[in-house]
Amino acid sequence: MKAGVDDSAPWPQPAVPVRRAMKRNGPQGEGWLRAASLAAFLLLWQLAAWLFASQTLPTPATVFARIAAETASLALPTHLAITLARVVVAFGLAMALGAAIGIAMGRWRRLDALLDGWLVLGLNIPALVTIILCYVWFGLNDAAAIVAVALNKIPTVVVTVREGARAVDARLMQVAHAYRLPRLRTFARVYLPQLVPYLMAAARSGLSLIWKIVLVVELLGRSNGVGFQLNMFFQLFDITGILAYTLVFAAVVLVVEAAVLRPLERRLTRWRS
Amino acid sequence: MLDIVIDRKTYPDRAGAPHLALAGLHLEAAPGEFVCVVGPSGCGKSTLLNVVGGLDRDVDGRVRLGGAPFADSTHDIGFMFQEPRLMPWLTVLDNVLLVTDASPAAQRRARDLLAAMGLADVLDAYPGRLSGGMQRRVALARAFVIEPKLLLMDEPFVSLDVPTANRLRAMLVEQWQRSGATVLFVTHDLREALALADRICFLSAAPGRVVLELPLTLARPRAPDDAAVQALHAELLARHPELLAGLTSEPHEPQDE
Repeated sequence: MKAGVDDSAPWPQPAVPVRRAMKRNGPQGEGWLRAASLAAFLLLWQLAAWLFASQTLPTPATVFARIAAETASLALPTHLAITLARVVVAFGLAMALGAAIGIAMGRWRRLDALLDGWLVLGLNIPALVTIILCYVWFGLNDAAAIVAVALNKIPTVVVTVREGARAVDARLMQVAHAYRLPRLRTFARVYLPQLVPYLMAAARSGLSLIWKIVLVVELLGRSNGVGFQLNMFFQLFDITGILAYTLVFAAVVLVVEAAVLRPLERRLTRWRS
Repeated sequence: MLDIVIDRKTYPDRAGAPHLALAGLHLEAAPGEFVCVVGPSGCGKSTLLNVVGGLDRDVDGRVRLGGAPFADSTHDIGFMFQEPRLMPWLTVLDNVLLVTDASPAAQRRARDLLAAMGLADVLDAYPGRLSGGMQRRVALARAFVIEPKLLLMDEPFVSLDVPTANRLRAMLVEQWQRSGATVLFVTHDLREALALADRICFLSAAPGRVVLELPLTLARPRAPDDAAVQALHAELLARHPELLAGLTSEPHEPQDE
């Protein structure tokens, strides 16, 4: 072998999607800032509650006491678990179907032309209409509730994933083709990794949408779950109950985002750092 | 024995009108022969490789390897493109293993090849971390790990600096001699072809066909700047000036994105 000049000198990097801007945790000062912000929020809440001294705005302490009581009676964990189960199933269904349809539409132009009108229709039907129709047609049951939620989400997943499928790098697919890779391996190791950013975007926006729609679905036609409880508290004018459930629900969403979605994304995009 | 006959190959140009890229092209290569295909830009060199590699099936003609037309199940063709085309989400080792069945034997071959190319320290690195020259070495290892009967190379060393390109050529020749693969190497750089080939096939301008075959008997190892190569280069230019017009451009236009 000829002794050439070492070619490990810096070289223009290949075209990789732009790196996610900056690290999330940031410098050390930021953690304090976040804690201070949370404390300020509680303080403002407390001040407002004192100021208005109204039944419609309970103090933080009252709400936290209520959370403890509802947790002890198992009412809150039960309803929360039921709602979470509906979210998980509807989310899984919407992601799986939406991704499959999106990939197919991104890949086959004819299918895209065929289904595009339906997609626009689906994107523009109000969630409430889908929910009402599902309950009318399929009855007031869990299946109807989950189908209603999934139907609301599928079109947006399709649009996002279709975008990804259209952006698939034909040159990398040629590599798979040239080396005669089996279909499954081509899909799993050459095709799907290119869709990861789009799937993650669909998952994030999907989760935040589904959380909200599930509550409406429960409010309109189920006899359990967080949405059902909120409706009950509303009718009883029990603001403490509403705030207690809302706080816990929001906390769960944050935990899922921080403990599941972010680590998953970090793992899948490790190669970019 | 590689036997290529292409009667007509057209593809739609930007306006959608059919563009005749190759016509009446006939090319043969003996087992283990290193054939360079040289021609001016746009003469259909890449199209030829895509047809031979089965990436483009829309063609009047046939390609046979060892007497039989290839089937989709043929696993013994290696392909190196103008860009390294590595999967950025796979490590160096996984990029090479991707095209194998990942059996223990394949693992051993992949590691040996990568080590022979001086990449033993970066097996677990992602390609985005590597220099252009190193990425191409990985692509070269990927091409050889399947123990190909036929290796197709589409100007794989363009847009590299001269020492890096020479080093990669030396690695290619070393692996080729070890493997016994037939190589079809496309380039527009006559000096590169002279440094590598057993035989050079010159293509005409589009529609491309073979207009001259030139067996080489220069001793190996050789490099594009060896005196013997330079002398032959000058002699060829004097003998076929019209044919070689446009093939002598020393600096490559950058084509890597």
